[in-house]
Amino acid sequence: MLHRFAKLVAACTVFLVLAGSLVTSTGSGLSVPDWPNSYGWNMFTFPPSKWVGGIFYEHGHRLVASTVGFLTIILAGWLWIAEPRRWLKRLGLAALGTVVLQGLLGGLTVLFFLPASVSTAHAGLAEIFFCITVAIALFTSPAWIQAAAPVDDRTLRRLAATTTALIYMQILVGAAMRHTEAGLAIPDFPLMFGHVIPDHWDPKIAIHFAHRVGALIVTLAIVATSGHIWFHHRGRRELTRPAAFVVALVALQITLGALTVLSRRAVAINSAHVVCGATVLATSLVITLRSWRLRFASDMNAPTFDSRRATRQPVPARLNQGSSTGVRA
Amino acid sequence: MRLRNIWMCALGVTLAATVACGGGEKAPSTSGDTSSPSATPSGLKVDESKAGGIKGTIAFEGTAPKNEPIKMNADPVCMKANSTPQSQETYMVSSDGKALGNVFVYVKDGLGNYIFDTPTESVKIDQQNCRYHPHVFGLRVGQPLEIVNSDMTLHNIHALPKGNSEFNTGQPIQGMKTMHTFTQKEVMVPFKCDVHGWMNAYVGVLDHPYFAVSDTSGKFELKTLPAGTYTIEAWHEKLGAQTQSVTIGEKEEKEITFTFKAGGATPTN
Repeated sequence: MLHRFAKLVAACTVFLVLAGSLVTSTGSGLSVPDWPNSYGWNMFTFPPSKWVGGIFYEHGHRLVASTVGFLTIILAGWLWIAEPRRWLKRLGLAALGTVVLQGLLGGLTVLFFLPASVSTAHAGLAEIFFCITVAIALFTSPAWIQAAAPVDDRTLRRLAATTTALIYMQILVGAAMRHTEAGLAIPDFPLMFGHVIPDHWDPKIAIHFAHRVGALIVTLAIVATSGHIWFHHRGRRELTRPAAFVVALVALQITLGALTVLSRRAVAINSAHVVCGATVLATSLVITLRSWRLRFASDMNAPTFDSRRATRQPVPARLNQGSSTGVRA
Repeated sequence: MRLRNIWMCALGVTLAATVACGGGEKAPSTSGDTSSPSATPSGLKVDESKAGGIKGTIAFEGTAPKNEPIKMNADPVCMKANSTPQSQETYMVSSDGKALGNVFVYVKDGLGNYIFDTPTESVKIDQQNCRYHPHVFGLRVGQPLEIVNSDMTLHNIHALPKGNSEFNTGQPIQGMKTMHTFTQKEVMVPFKCDVHGWMNAYVGVLDHPYFAVSDTSGKFELKTLPAGTYTIEAWHEKLGAQTQSVTIGEKEEKEITFTFKAGGATPTN
């Protein structure tokens, strides 16, 4: 039950990322000038009849964010009460802290008229929060708890972790591009001003160029990780399935990125590009965490996952036995 | 512990990007369009009995691009107020196609140390039928700007200056009024409504009274200008700006013409 709820929170977070991307894509970020109120109303009593134009997107984003925040409170509380793994309790609290900080960043960016630095941080922290919710959903899954013989492949661990880090960096560059209005700084695709390398430069062109180069690097990293899984762990469905999925996603993501430029940032395509980027990151994170599963297992077989208290707090026997009853809910 | 390190790294990268990105902060403008309040207290007053003036026309050559159509279906109130097809006000071309309205014309340079009293009467911008009225206008540094919402829907008026302070004011109720003053001269300050993405306006903020906006026949007039040599600038929101140097003597009236061409500004002098 806890796992299902964690999956619900992660799914709602995808919807929140979509709502946030729609705010930027429609240029509605300042359509509600005040925060935390909406035109002087309490956010939750702001009449739906007034959700017109850009307000629909901005106010809608605030409401979805509030819902996710509320769900995160429940998730953190649930983990605290029902979850025996101490580090997972803390991860629940980290999710709560992150979503609170994220809300504050969202408010600050409105009150300071969308400074690129704050808006980019807001976008970057959104991805971290999404990753935390996905990780919690994974850690509470029966498949994770019952994993009998996790993969032990140092190369895969390094490849997957590097790929996930690169994807996150690429998302940050993309966020900086969105919030400095550099999305069309290079107006053509696949060439750049008719050349392979831009023939002139300014800061916006540089950010846009970095995002395109980043896309190439990330694609290579994903192909390398997925190829490694395909050749060395073909029988491990917990790895081959997300590996195939992330390759398909990155192909879709590149297509959406190209269409974003060619459609002059059409709202639907632009927003889908943001959401697809988040799912690429989450899928790569799942591969990474599964490739590191052995380390989690060894930590759990040791007295505890928290090395500072390793000698004092043995892990409950049911977890050592790999039983799905390790989660009480 | 490793997991915690991963999250800490990710947070660190976010914060680093935040610092590196840093594009939102305002830097003091050094462009010619914005500066600190101008006239020195010890400056001269204009003797209107000896003043002349400049009259002129904003001519237009070529075929003006069609104004971008507007879809107001995001707000039923706007839809109801505008039952016919709507379009932007970017190119306000005269009926014969040879003159251009909504061009802001002003004395950019040459006034020396003349000083001018700041008007106390306010200039009004009205949000009516989901449009700004007027679309292009001017006012003085320190002069009150009255922002009115005459619509039965919400508006936010969001000013995006480079030298003055940015502001974003919500007006959710019909009849609401807000006052604002600009502290520096700046040509031009864009206004936008983030609720209704098609709404935009431009204000030129100056420290002297010599500015005008061309009418539908392209005519403009700068009155009571003292003798001297001036740089006159004509600014259009899409076609850019062009300047002319004009010399007038005492009580002299001069006629000038700026010519804008479809697709870009063409300096005529």
